[in-house]
Amino acid sequence: MDANLFLTWVRSTGLNISIGIFLLGSLWRLLEIYSLGRKQDLAAPRHRAGASGLHTMLRRSVPPPGMFKRSATSYVAGYVFHIGLFIIVFLFAQHIKLLQDLIGLSWPSLPAQFIDATAVVTLATMLLVLVERINKPVKRFISTFGDYAAWALTFLPVLTGLLATKHLLFSYTWMLALHILSAELLLIFIPFTKLIHVFTLWGSRWYNGDANAKKGVPV
Amino acid sequence: MLDHETLGERLAQQGISRRAFLKFCAAIASMSALPPGAAAAIAESLLKSKRPSVIWLSFQECTGCTESLTRSDTPTLENMIFDMISLDYHHTLQAASGYGAEKSREDAMQNFFGKYLLVVDGSIPMRDGGVYSTIAGRTNLDLLQEAAKGAAAIIAVGTCAAFGGIPNAKPNPTGAVAVSDIIKDKPIINISGCPPIPVVITGVLAHYLTFGGLPELDDLGRPKSFYGETIHDRCYRRPFYDQGKFAKTFDDEGARNGWCLFELGCKGPTTHNSCATTKWNGGTSFPIESGHGCLGCSEPNFWDAGSFYSALSMPASPLELTTGAAVAGVAAGIAVSIANRVKKGAAKSAHEKSTIADLEK
Amino acid sequence: MSPASNNLKGIPIFAQTEETHSVGNIRALLSEIAASLEKLVKTGETGMIDLNSLPFAPGEYEQLRQALGQGEITAHIEAIGPSEIIETRYPGVWWVTHYNVEGDIVADILEVTMFPEIIRSQPDDVFDGLARLKAQLDE
Repeated sequence: MDANLFLTWVRSTGLNISIGIFLLGSLWRLLEIYSLGRKQDLAAPRHRAGASGLHTMLRRSVPPPGMFKRSATSYVAGYVFHIGLFIIVFLFAQHIKLLQDLIGLSWPSLPAQFIDATAVVTLATMLLVLVERINKPVKRFISTFGDYAAWALTFLPVLTGLLATKHLLFSYTWMLALHILSAELLLIFIPFTKLIHVFTLWGSRWYNGDANAKKGVPV
Repeated sequence: MLDHETLGERLAQQGISRRAFLKFCAAIASMSALPPGAAAAIAESLLKSKRPSVIWLSFQECTGCTESLTRSDTPTLENMIFDMISLDYHHTLQAASGYGAEKSREDAMQNFFGKYLLVVDGSIPMRDGGVYSTIAGRTNLDLLQEAAKGAAAIIAVGTCAAFGGIPNAKPNPTGAVAVSDIIKDKPIINISGCPPIPVVITGVLAHYLTFGGLPELDDLGRPKSFYGETIHDRCYRRPFYDQGKFAKTFDDEGARNGWCLFELGCKGPTTHNSCATTKWNGGTSFPIESGHGCLGCSEPNFWDAGSFYSALSMPASPLELTTGAAVAGVAAGIAVSIANRVKKGAAKSAHEKSTIADLEK
Repeated sequence: MSPASNNLKGIPIFAQTEETHSVGNIRALLSEIAASLEKLVKTGETGMIDLNSLPFAPGEYEQLRQALGQGEITAHIEAIGPSEIIETRYPGVWWVTHYNVEGDIVADILEVTMFPEIIRSQPDDVFDGLARLKAQLDE
C-alpha cells in the first residue's frame, strides 16, 4: 500500500464510511434523546428572577463563584482549546474548501501562520488538561477509559495536521493521509461517546435550567 | 564481434570539441543537482568509458517518453547522451526494422550479456497471457524477462513502466503492471512522470555512465536528486499558499495575479518531481506557472486519485452513503424512540418503580 | 464545481509585467558570493554557484543581474549552441550561461575564479588542432 493509494482511500471510501456513520449515529442518538420528552408537569410553574433555561446556558458558561480559584486551569485551558479547535476546523482555508464541497457554503479564512500558532496553543493546552486529569486525585479517580479515548481522538487530528503542514515525522503524503484518517475516526466516535456534547451541550444546559426554573430554583 | 569505441574517440569522430563536451557535462551536473564543480569529474570519467550497450524496449506506452527525450535530430546537448551510449535497439528511433532489427537486439544482448543497460518504457499487460501488447509475435512479458536476464540494470522510464501508468488505471482492462512488479532480481531505477522531464532521463543515464552504479533512490525507486522534493516545496507560488491567497476559478482575479492553485486541485504537495526547479521545454515553464494545477503525474495511481480539479482536502470521489446514512439514522432513531415510549408506557401501567439502574442506562 | 468559462475567447489575456518584489534571496546570494570571493583571495580556492537550483521570485533574477552588473569582459562561445560569459563588476566573479541550439538555458553558473575553465583551450583540442595545422602545412 503506497502513500498515494492510502491517501486516495481516506479521501474517498474512508470519508464516505465515516461521514455515513457520523450522520447515522448522530441523528439516531439525538432523535432518541430528544424524543424521550418530559413527564407532564402538573404543578404550577414558579417564577424567579434569574432562573430560566437561557440563564443557565449563560451561567454555566462561566465558573461558579469560588470555583475559578480552585481550578483555574480547567476553565482557562478548557476554553482555550475549544476556541482553538473551532478556529482550526472552521477558519483554515483548506478545511473551508472541504466544507464547501460537503455543505455548499464557504466563508473567508485566516492566514495559515495564525492557524499554525493556534494549533500549537491548542496542543499545549490539551496536554495541560490531560496532565491535570492524571495528577489531580479526584479527576483521576473519576476518569474512565472513555475520557482518555475522547481526549486522544480529539488530540490526534490537531497533532497530525500540524505535523503534516510542517513536513515533520513522515512524508507529507503519509502525514496528510494519517491526518484525514484521524479526523474520520473522530467523526465515527462522536455520536457514541461523550463527544456528542458538540450537539447536546446547549440543549442540556437549557433543559436543566428550565426544569429547575419551574421549581423556582436558578441553577 | 560487436565492440564500442570509447567516448573520447566517438566525440572526435563526430567533430565535437572537448570544450563542447565540457559544456554538456556542466549541463548534466546542473540538471542532476550535483555541485557545479562535479562537471570536470563527470567529463574525465565519461571520456574514459566505453560506450555501453543500451537496449530500449517499448511496451504498452504512448511514446511520450521517447518524444520527451528526442526533440530534434541535430546534435543537441540533451541528446548528446546518445553519443555516450550505443543505442543498440529502439524500435521507434532505429532505422532498421523487421527481423534484421530483432537480430541486432539479440546479438547485442548476447555480446554484452551481464553488462548492457535495459531501458523500458510502457507498462506490461498481463491479462489473457499478455496478448494485449506484442512485438514480433512475442508478448511484452516474455521480452522483458528475457532481456532482464543479461541486464546490468533496468531503467523504467515514465510512470507506465515505473508504476503502471494510464493502462493501470481503473478498471485496468489489460492487467497492466510495472516493471518492478515482474523483475525482482535486478536493480531498477524508476524515472516516473507522464512524461518524465527530458533532462531527468539524460541525467540518470549520465550518472550511471559516470559512476557506474545507480544514484541514491527513494522508497519508490526514484533518484532522490530529482524526486527528493515535492513540487510544493519548490513552487514559486508558495508565498501565496502560506498567505492563504488562492485562485478560486481559472480566470478570476486571483488566477490572473498568479495565486496558489491549491483550491483548483493542484497536487503539488503530494507529488515528487523537479518540475518547479528544472521546468519544461528547456526551463520555459511548468504547469503551475502556466496556470494549471499539478496532476501528480510522477506518483503511482495518479489517475485514480480523484478529480484533477478537486483540492487535496476535498473528497476524492462523491460521497454516496450520506443520504442513505441520514435516512437510516432518522429511521433508527424514530424506531427506537417508539420502542422506548412503548416500554415507558408499559412500565407506567405496571406501576414499576424507577431505580438507579434506569438512570445509569 | 464552479461553472467553467465556455468560451475560450471570453478569457481576457493580460501581459505580465515584471514585479520588483524581493523576498530576500538576492541579499543572501550576494553574501555567499562575498564569502567565496574571500576564499579565492586568501587561499586561491575557486567556487561555483548553480543558479538553476535556486528559487527566484519574479523579478529577482533581473535584480541579480543589476546587482552584479557588467565588468570589462564579455565572451561568446559557439559549441553545440551558444554560451555567454561575462566578468561581473566584481573581478573574479564570472557569470557563465550555457544555451542549447534552441536557445534554452541548460546551465547557469556563477564562477568565483581567476579564469573560467570553459574559456581555457583544452589540451585534447589543442593536439587535434596541431595535427590539422601540420596536415595543412604539408599540403
